[in-house]
Amino acid sequence: MIDAFASGLLQVVTLDLRLWEIVGLSLAVSLSAVVLATLLGLPLGAAIAVGRFRGRQGVIVLLNALMGLPPVVVGLFIYLLLSRAGPLGELGLLFTPQAMVFAQTVLVLPIIAALARQAVEDAWREYEEQLRSLGVDGLRGALTILWDIRFSLLTAVLAGLGRASAEVGAVMIVGGNIDGVTRVMTTAIALETSKGDLPLALGLGFVLIAVVIALNAAAHLVKQAAERRYG
Amino acid sequence: MNGILPLHLENLSFAAGGRTIIERTNLTLEAGTSTIILGANGAGKSVLMRLMHGLLAPSAGRVVWSGERVRRRQAMVFQRPVMLRRTALANVVYVLKVAGVDAADRSRLAREALAEVGLTQLAERPARVLSGGEQQRLALARAWALHPEVLFLDEPTANLDPGATREIEAVIRAFDASGTKIVMSTHSLGQARRLGDEVIYLHQGRVAERAPIEKFFPVPSTTEAGAFVKGELPWT
Repeated sequence: MIDAFASGLLQVVTLDLRLWEIVGLSLAVSLSAVVLATLLGLPLGAAIAVGRFRGRQGVIVLLNALMGLPPVVVGLFIYLLLSRAGPLGELGLLFTPQAMVFAQTVLVLPIIAALARQAVEDAWREYEEQLRSLGVDGLRGALTILWDIRFSLLTAVLAGLGRASAEVGAVMIVGGNIDGVTRVMTTAIALETSKGDLPLALGLGFVLIAVVIALNAAAHLVKQAAERRYG
Repeated sequence: MNGILPLHLENLSFAAGGRTIIERTNLTLEAGTSTIILGANGAGKSVLMRLMHGLLAPSAGRVVWSGERVRRRQAMVFQRPVMLRRTALANVVYVLKVAGVDAADRSRLAREALAEVGLTQLAERPARVLSGGEQQRLALARAWALHPEVLFLDEPTANLDPGATREIEAVIRAFDASGTKIVMSTHSLGQARRLGDEVIYLHQGRVAERAPIEKFFPVPSTTEAGAFVKGELPWT
């Protein structure tokens, strides 16, 4: 056990090339998915927050529920969509990093949209009278608030990033864990553990945790600096 | 130019949660005079001004302005102003942008408005870190930039110290001098006397008394308003 820890650390510090390829792909896939989900999820959440339409309560409940989507189920649906006989089969995306980005975007979108919806709705309560007095309509009001609370929304984006970087089920199914093509940290850890190569699995585990902590620390610093600056 | 005044309230009522807050009120507000709305907590002052300003929809009756495009020609300053998380200058620029002012003119007009309320030195400061009095002056600068024909003020100095209150009152006088109609609620009788031309006294959602300031003080003609001015509790 101690040996496994030691050689796991050794693999990290010796910059095993294979390991770093896997780390790089993991980051590329998860960050791409989070960027896409942010671009779609923030406006969606804001629109639901300030919108007044029939079935709004139902949409909110559904969106909150979708935060808990099981990754393997999402993976299965995307697999069916992208498989040769599926509706999007002609794109030939199955077992590619693009398919993994697609699946993770679907997983992360409800998290970012639901948390943004809550944050914008709380802010709207504070801003509404002032903005309406100025003649600001709902759409512009939503965009104004999104921009005004952008640093608080970092928390929603981080929650999405946590989900994307930690999940294994969806990327395993649509990516296929192909060595050198679609193998990422979580699928590699699952594989190496089942093969019994604990040092590599542990090394990857250390890197994964370190990356997540580093990203969260950076976001925290940005948020703190912004709060000091803008109040 | 045809103004949006006079403003007519016709049989105006407002109820919320089964409680009537404004009851069948008829009022006409003319240009040129500063109108102070007085009344105890819960008398309906804030709600009445929000009905006039269009932030609340009446349960019954009508709010009738005399001109067109009335939204752009009135402004409101709230007891607690809401500032955007950007500089003081950018807060005024935002208002001008929403109002459809050309991008080329916004910065100049915003700086003029800040100068009017004495905030030139603080133009580049984030609005949310300004003091309460400074934020309220910034709220007045936002209104000033729009050159409204009517300015509603809902207890604008309720949370401020005497120094800040004096500064706010000076700006309100400047609005009055520039031809803007002032409609203000306050709890301060001294402020009412300093700034008002006439008083509307609200009691339980109705206009109990309306009088020129020199008639209302020192002794109003109705017993409710009389009790309020004497500092007695109107429900005892």
